[in-house]
This record gives sequence, C-alpha cells and structure tokens, in this order.
Amino acid sequence: MTASGETVISVRGLRKNYGELEAVRGIDLEVSRGEIFAFLGPNGAGKTTTVEILEGYRPRNGGEVSVLGVDPAAAGRDWRARVGMVLQECRVTRQLTPREAVAQYAGYYPAPRDVDETIELVGLTDKADTRAARLSGGQQRRLDVALALVGDPDLLFLDEPTTGFDPSARRQAWEVIANLGRLGKTVFLTTHYMDEAQALADRVAIIAAGRVLAEGPPSEIGGDGEAARISFRLPSGADASSLPAPVRAQASVEGTRVMIRQADPLPVLRELIAWAAGHGGELSGLEVRRPTLEDHYLALVAGARETGTDEGET
Amino acid sequence: MSTIALVAHQFRYDQKVFWRNPASVFFTVVFPLIFLFIFVGIFGNDEVEGAGVNTSTYYVPAIISLAVISATTQSLAIRLTEERETGLLKRVRGTPLPPWAFIAGRVGNALVVSIMMVVLVAAIGRLLWDVSLPTGTLPGVAFTLAVGAFAFSCLGFALTTIIPNEDAAPAVTNAVVLPLYFVSGVFIPDSEIPEGVLQVADLFPIRHFFEAFFTAWDPSTTGAGIEPGHLAIVLAWGVAGLAVSLRAFRWEPRR
Repeated sequence: MTASGETVISVRGLRKNYGELEAVRGIDLEVSRGEIFAFLGPNGAGKTTTVEILEGYRPRNGGEVSVLGVDPAAAGRDWRARVGMVLQECRVTRQLTPREAVAQYAGYYPAPRDVDETIELVGLTDKADTRAARLSGGQQRRLDVALALVGDPDLLFLDEPTTGFDPSARRQAWEVIANLGRLGKTVFLTTHYMDEAQALADRVAIIAAGRVLAEGPPSEIGGDGEAARISFRLPSGADASSLPAPVRAQASVEGTRVMIRQADPLPVLRELIAWAAGHGGELSGLEVRRPTLEDHYLALVAGARETGTDEGET
Repeated sequence: MSTIALVAHQFRYDQKVFWRNPASVFFTVVFPLIFLFIFVGIFGNDEVEGAGVNTSTYYVPAIISLAVISATTQSLAIRLTEERETGLLKRVRGTPLPPWAFIAGRVGNALVVSIMMVVLVAAIGRLLWDVSLPTGTLPGVAFTLAVGAFAFSCLGFALTTIIPNEDAAPAVTNAVVLPLYFVSGVFIPDSEIPEGVLQVADLFPIRHFFEAFFTAWDPSTTGAGIEPGHLAIVLAWGVAGLAVSLRAFRWEPRR
C-alpha cells in the first residue's frame, strides 16, 4: 500500500458524545505516510466530528488518538506547522488576491513553500492577482487548498473539498489532490461522493451512525470476487425455459428481464451468445457489471440505519 | 519570524483588508467627517452655550471620539463576527499563528486608523474653522487616545460575544453606540441635554472619553490636559470588556 508504512494517523476506540447523542461510537483508524485516505459517509455519520478531533478542534470522550505522533488535543504550534487543513465551510478573505492571501499564510510557517509555485499547484496562476471576491466558488475553494499547502505540511485534512462544485471544477480539484499524493503528502479526505473516493483514494473507510462499517482499497470494499451481474431482455418469441440449462439454473426472470449472478461471467456469456444466435441474434439491453463502491456503500449505510433504529428502540 | 515581525506581518494584511473594504472606510473615515460638516453647518460656528467654546471647537473632539469608537469597537466587532461566522477565525486557529499575534495585528490596525482620524479631524478643524491644535495638551491627547483605543478595542471583542451572526453585526453595534452618542453630547451639545440624561450617560464610557478629549481641545485648559477621573472609568469599561472577551470570545461559528 505505502512505501514506508510509517503510521501518520492512529485512532483506537474513539468516542464522542454531544449530550445524549453518540456521534462517534468507537472508531479505529490507521493511515500511513503518503496515503490518500478517504473517509466516506452520509451527512451526520460522524465524519466531520472525527476529522475535527484529529485536527485538534474538538475534545473527545474516549479513545486514543495520535496524529504525527502527537495527541491533537494537546498539540502546539510546531504540530500545527506540519498539518494543513481545509475546513468544510470557510470563505477566504474577499479583499485579498490569491497571491496576497497565500503570502500572508506563508508568513505563519517556519519553512513555507514558494508562493507562486503553490498558486500554480492549485491552478490559479491566471487569477493570482484577482481579488478573491471576484473568484468563482471552485476557485475560492482551490485558494483555500493553497492556503493549507503553503506551509508545506506533511499531512493534509480536506473536509468535503468539492461539495457544491460543478463537474469540471471537481475534475480540476481532483487533479490538485492527486498532485498532493505525488508530492508524498498524506491526505485525509472526507467526502460523500463515491466517484471522488474511487478516483483518488488508496484506501477508504465507510462510516455511518458513528461506526466504521468497512475499510480497505476502494476496489476491495464489499469483499473480493463479488459476483458480476449479467442482465438482458428476452428476444420476442423466446421463452426463459428455452435458455441453455447451466444459464437457466442461475437466472432470475421478471417478465422479459433476465438477471444472472456469476463470479466468472465469460462462460455464461459464451453460452448466451450462442443461444441468442438461434433466436434472431439479438440480446437487447445486455449489461454486465460488478457492484460499484456506491452499491456497497448504499447497502452498508442502509444496513446501519436499520441497526441504528433497532438500538434506538431497545 | 520573530514575534514582532509576525505581528507586523499580520498588521500589514489587516491594513490592506481594511482599506479595500468600502463599508469599513465609509463608516470609519467618511461618516465622521460628514457628521462634522453637518453639525458645524447646522449649529453655526457661534459659541456653544455653557461650553465656553465655539461649535467647531466643541465638535472636533466629539467627532474624534466617534471616529476612534468606529475604528475600534465597531470595526472590530463587525469584521470579527463576519470572520467567525464564515469560518475564517477557525481556520486561522488551525495555523501556527499564535492567537495573541492575530489579536495584536487587529488592535494595531484599529489604533493606527484611530491616530490617522485624530490627525485628520484636527487638521480639518484647524484649516476650516481655525480650531487651535492641542499642542500644549499633547500628552492629554496621546494618553486619552491610548486608554480609549485599548478600552474600546476590548469592548469590540466583547461585543462579538453577544452578536449572533454577521447580518446582525452592524445593527447591534449601531444600536449600542448611536443612542449613547446622542445622550453623551457627541451629537448634541451637552448644554441641550437634561441633567438626568447626562447622569445616565455618565454610567457608560463614551461620555467620559469625549470629556477627556474635550479637555485637551479646550483652549482654557492649563497643564497637560489629562483627565484621570474620566479615563479611569473608560479603562474600567475596557477591563470589563477584556474579562468578557477572555471568557466568552469564540473562534468558531455559532451555527
């Protein structure tokens, strides 16, 4: 997964209550140097609470937390110099240009990056001398990322960095985040966009109702060798009973729609194509897909919601 | 960066933001000057009854008091509330910039704008209406400004703790200071104000601050022009504001 395997973030049994509400109910996490780690979950799942504990903004009720070898609840200036943060909601100072704002933040750090280079990294070179009030929402957010980067941090927290972006602004932001990975930064990203996690993350953790439900590389969430789903419509005049025997055994039929679950879809497809040749050669609406991260996510989160309701009643 | 360089760095950007914000420039620089011209225009430059000075000599220290309060209490409260609610203060807390350096930059900015307004209003008074400059009472002017800038800055930080959001900030600050300007003799000569009302005004710091500046501008004042009694009350209000700020000032949005 990572070159060195050195642990940057380590969380054991983290708990946080807001009065009666248990926002975080015993979370374990481990993030290694150089990883892009995505923290996924619906609104109210405990994502931002967890991130704000890791950033040192919020005290916790239980568990052990170590970020860059330090407990964030007791961290000082030296620690903050090594951590960059992009908060979920933050507007930049409207009266300053990106060049000025980045230079201002550079002054806070002992060994800052070059101002112009940082602006280039987030793709704002053309707008470097335009006041932030006249930048688009996406550009302001990228300026926000530049402010987090100019201190040359080892670790970056990005809390829902692309919420509210149009598709092209999101692609640009992804490019910036992928660049951070190439610079060897460790990135802790929260998002509720599955495609974002799939595109960027080395590893993801799915959180709902204050618990981590699954963790691993995006391609492995939900388990290995998950069955592919083959579906098509029966050609007119054909009957499901005429399907070849090995296919028929696994097929579920709803009207003219046939669905087959199969770990290795190729042999089934070969049989199907041969069968279809005898029925006019058409297999309309043919689809072969493996469950995406989103499918697993939705299933997990729905499961957690049911469990949560049960707990609420007992 | 050394600590002094860090405060200077912060101050430099606070200055930029201040001068590029049309609202802060209007309310702190233009607005007081408009009041000065209106009052001297309306009341004419005759002697103010009971004050022993003419209208312009009365209103120069009055408008200076107003401008300093605008540069400190009002500007600080409005901008800090906006920055708290938009997450900017929270973001700054996540950097290695020490909170006291951030605050020192802000108060430094308020102080420099205040000094500029004292000089500007005094110069206009001298040039247009021959209001004599307080050369003999310069220690009084400097001391009053120092105590006032400190106290009214503390009150600006304290005021943010009762302002719920950025939209309410200008309304709340004006609701606090405007009535006090009227009853404290800043807008209306205090000879026109009933004694009972002045007694109420004396509970608050604005009238005492104005009285201290007035003494410094009054040609009949002898000596350094320092008003320890009035300034002690201004300072007490500042210390109370500081205590409230230390307890209740928040860097995170209220939402």
